[in-house]
This record gives sequence, C-alpha cells and structure tokens, in this order.
Amino acid sequence: MGKYILRRVLLMIPIVLGVATLSFILMKLAPGDPAAAYLGDKATPETVARLHRAWGLDQPMIIQYFQFLGGLVVGDFGRSFLFQTTVLELLKLRMPATLMLMLVSLVFAVIISVPLSLWVAATKSSASAIVSRVFTATVQGMPAFFVGTLLILVLGVNTGLFPVGGYGSSLGEHLYSLVLPGIAVALTICPVLIRSLTAALSDSMSAEYTNFAASKGLSRSKIVRNYAFRNAGITGISILGIQVGHLVGGALVVENVFAIPGVGSLLMEAVLARDYNVVQALTVIFGVLVVAVYLLTDIVYSIVDPRVRLGA
Amino acid sequence: MTSGPGPAGAPGPSGKPPRTRGGTAARATPSARFTLPLPGFLRRRNLQLWTGVVILAAMVLLLAIGPLFVTEDPNRQDLLNAFGSSSAAHPMGTDQLGRDILSRFLHGGRVDLIVAVVAVIVPFLLGTVLGSLAGYFGRWVDVVIMRLADIVSAFPFYVLVIVLVFVMGNGMASIFVAISAVSWVAYARIVRGEVLVLREEEFISACRASGLTTPRILARHVIPNTASQGIIYAMSDIVLNIGVVVTLSFFGLGIVPPTADWGQMMNDGQQYMGSGNYGLILWPGFAVVLVSFALALIGDGLTNILKPKR
Repeated sequence: MGKYILRRVLLMIPIVLGVATLSFILMKLAPGDPAAAYLGDKATPETVARLHRAWGLDQPMIIQYFQFLGGLVVGDFGRSFLFQTTVLELLKLRMPATLMLMLVSLVFAVIISVPLSLWVAATKSSASAIVSRVFTATVQGMPAFFVGTLLILVLGVNTGLFPVGGYGSSLGEHLYSLVLPGIAVALTICPVLIRSLTAALSDSMSAEYTNFAASKGLSRSKIVRNYAFRNAGITGISILGIQVGHLVGGALVVENVFAIPGVGSLLMEAVLARDYNVVQALTVIFGVLVVAVYLLTDIVYSIVDPRVRLGA
Repeated sequence: MTSGPGPAGAPGPSGKPPRTRGGTAARATPSARFTLPLPGFLRRRNLQLWTGVVILAAMVLLLAIGPLFVTEDPNRQDLLNAFGSSSAAHPMGTDQLGRDILSRFLHGGRVDLIVAVVAVIVPFLLGTVLGSLAGYFGRWVDVVIMRLADIVSAFPFYVLVIVLVFVMGNGMASIFVAISAVSWVAYARIVRGEVLVLREEEFISACRASGLTTPRILARHVIPNTASQGIIYAMSDIVLNIGVVVTLSFFGLGIVPPTADWGQMMNDGQQYMGSGNYGLILWPGFAVVLVSFALALIGDGLTNILKPKR
C-alpha cells in the first residue's frame, strides 16, 4: 500500500512542476508590466525601475523562474496590487467559500445522478432511457451561467425562495445561499456522471454474480442495491475525482453570477484588473488542486478496489 | 508502460479498462460507445441522428437566411425606445439601448456558431497528429506528448482558457488560440488509444512488410481509421466550444462589443433583470440549449453508425 502511494506521489511531481512552469511562461508572455500596473498611471520610470529591483524583475528569466518556484514552496505568491495585500492572505479569505460551493455541488450532483442512473439500469425501460437521455442532452448544453441566471429568475427574483447572491455570515446562511449556485455547478458534471454510472450499472447488471443472485430468486431492486450498485459505486468515485476540473470551472463561472466571494470570482476580478500575481497564483493553485484530487482518487480507488494496486 | 487503471479504471466502452498513462492525471474518456437501452425503432431508423440533424438544420437555416428578412441593423441604437416590448417593428422587443433583439439574436448566433465550429478544426487536426504519433511510435515520443497532455489537462478547462485570454487579450483570435491550446488533449487521448490497438493489426504489419514508408502508413492507413472516434467526439466538442464562447462573452472576455453575440446579450439581460425584460436572457439561452441538444443527438446517432465492430 505504502509503496503504491509513494509511486503515485512520485508520478505527480513532474506534472506539478509542469503546471508551475506553464503558469510562469504564460505570465511572462502576458503583455504589460506588473510593476507599472501596481504603481498606477502616475509612476515615474525611476519608481518602476526601483520596484523591478525590489521584486527581482530585473533578474535574468531563469533566476526569476527559480525564485518563483522557491516562492511557491513556502507559499509566497507575491502581493496583489488590486487588494493591496499578499496573495496568500487573499487565498485564506476566499478559498473557504469555493471549497464549500464545490462540496455542496458534489452533494447535489450525487442526489440528481444516482437515482436517475439506478432507475435506468434497474428498469431497463424505454421510458427511463429516453428521460435520462433528454435530461443529459439538455443539461450538457446549458452553460453554467445560464443555469444560474435561470435559477435566479425562477427561484430567486420571482418567488423569493432563495437568495439571489452573496454568501451570508453564518454556516446556515452559507449553505442557504449556496443552494442555487450548488445546483448550477452540479448540473455541469451530471451528464458525464449519469452516463458513466448508467454504463457501469448496466455492466454489473449483466455480470455473472448478478445472474447468480437472480437465480437465487432475489428481487431486481435488491440485486441493484446490493450487488450492482456497490460495484458501480467504485466507478462513481473515480468519475467524481476526474470531474474535479469541471467542478472548479463551474464554480469559477457560477461564483461570478451569484457574487460569491470565492477564488473563482477572485480570478475574474484579477483578470479584469490585470492583477498578475493573483492570476499566476490561482493558475498554479487550481492546477495543483486538480492533480491532488486525482492522486486522492487513485488512493481511495486502490483502497476500495485492491486489484488496482496489485498490478492488473 | 500502463500502470493500472487509476481513476480512469471505469469500465471502458468494451468492458476492459481504458489504457492510461501513469494514472496520476489519467482521465476516462466518457464511454462514447455505450448506448442506452433505447427502444428499437429509435436505433434502427437512427431517429436520434435525424432528429438532431433536423433541429440543427432548422437553426442554421434560421440564422443563415433570417437576417435577409430582418433588415433592422443589430447595432442601431434608439434610446427613446429602450426595453420596448414586442411590436411589429421589433418582434422580440428592444434592449437597454433600444436595439432590435431579434436582429441581434440572429447576427449574434451566426458569430457564436461559426466560432464554435471553426474552433474544432485545429484541435481535431493537432490532437489527431500528436495522438497518432504518440500511439504509433511509443517510447519517448509517447512520454513527451502524453506528459504535455497531462499538464494541460491538470488545469481546469475554464481556468486555462480564461488565463490564455488574459495573456492574449479579448477577441476572436484569442478564443481560437485558447480553445486550440486546450482542446487538442482530448483528441490526442482518443486517437492514441485507437492507434495502440491499430498498430498491432495485421493490415498495418502488411503495410510495413510491403515497404511503405512510416509517414505513408500513418497518413493513409492509421489516421483514417481513427477519424470516426474523433468525429464523434467533435460533436460534444462543438457543444463545449459554444459554452466557452458564450461564457467568455458573458463575462466581457470574448467577442468584443458592439458585435452582437449571445453571451453579451445574456449579460445585458442579467444586468437589467430588474426591468422585467427576460427576452435578452431567454432567447439566446434556449437557442444555445437547442443547438447543443441537437449536436448531442447527432453524436449519439453517429456513434450508432460508426461504432467499430471489435
């Protein structure tokens, strides 16, 4: 087990390094000068040059690159000129809302996808297949911001059932204000989840152990619950892990629609204000977050299904 | 080479786990070849494909010839007539600047759909070439290409696209480059998987034995045989692109105003939601959903036709 995890972690290192390197290169390609942007329009060339020296922007590119990597290791992402504070402080302030939103979305995604997939796999009826296909095909094409706006229109503005934006100040208020955004983000990953779960369930429904269970006289619903679903659940875990990138993307978009103070809205604010350090830090962090979740998924998967780590 | 299923160990289309590299950033391609237990007549006549084609054709026709009948300039402002309700001159009403919504809807749809479709071409070609090189040659070629793919796909799609637009500035050219830089990965993975199987086939050995050059084998015998899976994926890729274009424009990072575009219209609609004029959000929104729905059906239908028999 330990050996398996170690191998996975070692495999992760080059990818994390690649993520950091790509972010660095992209920011160096971006037009404009972070120091000039930080100082504003009225800065003299001398003050800009002084800030260049202070930030090490006058150093050769390769030195800057290693300074950037060194900063990442100790959590030093530089300062945000837009918010006049360190990027690390901003992250501490904004990350919780995003993580909470992702968690709520996961719950909604499971609540929506699992029953629908179970229904299709258990009944194998045309009706369930058509309903499921129409649902996934419709939802697949709905941009997250459109779902969000629709929800605001229907359940927010016109009925007043849910808040149309903001994040509240207590845990209860947080959760309450994340209901609509959570549904909007969940719907971005539901189509893939439903398709994979239905496929996995149908696979295990035709496996020999389910035939055996059926020949013992177990009811169809019992077979689905106790045999097929347990095996398909493993697939579900891995699909959820793989979908984390979409979850982050969905959160990024939806946070801006609902004015949730998370890192998604932070990225958009930073992009629009050309706040280089923040954009760079968030690019790296989102990338590393996704890779870390992949690793976690691998490990969970190997615990649930030992065949994986025993080589196959 | 392959080190266990990892998270991509989901039962693949044909029951065997899809091949993955390293496993760390491995992604399962959604089981493209899985078909739902739809009723027989739907599959036999390929009703899905034709429903999709009819819806899409209707939409394209509407956008193509619509502006010939709606001669109103999409950018002509009429501030005295802002948020005008439906009338003979403006069937969908007017927006916050008094511009004709129907005309903006038709012109905007053209822009979005053209960008979304055109933006599939480069990733398709790039991914196909890189994926077949990786699959055919293996070894370091495979390692370099697929590691690059792993790194690109470690970034959440929207994060990378938005950052690329940040680097290159708003506008159509940036959208094309951003989408191309990110989307090739999916095609490369799909094609690589196909090529891994193909290169062991007898007819490829026969090509080699008869002395064909490697570029010729790749171009004439390997790549054409991988195209069908790429084309099926391209259908959902167009859907993805429409979402990207509209979303970027919604946030003011995409098509530059005043050019009409569905995302920008929906942004206007959201900002002036209080005015009770929901047409700006709903017309473009449902159009996006309808087009995507049609493409999803076409993708399914093509899967039924092109499904390889192995």
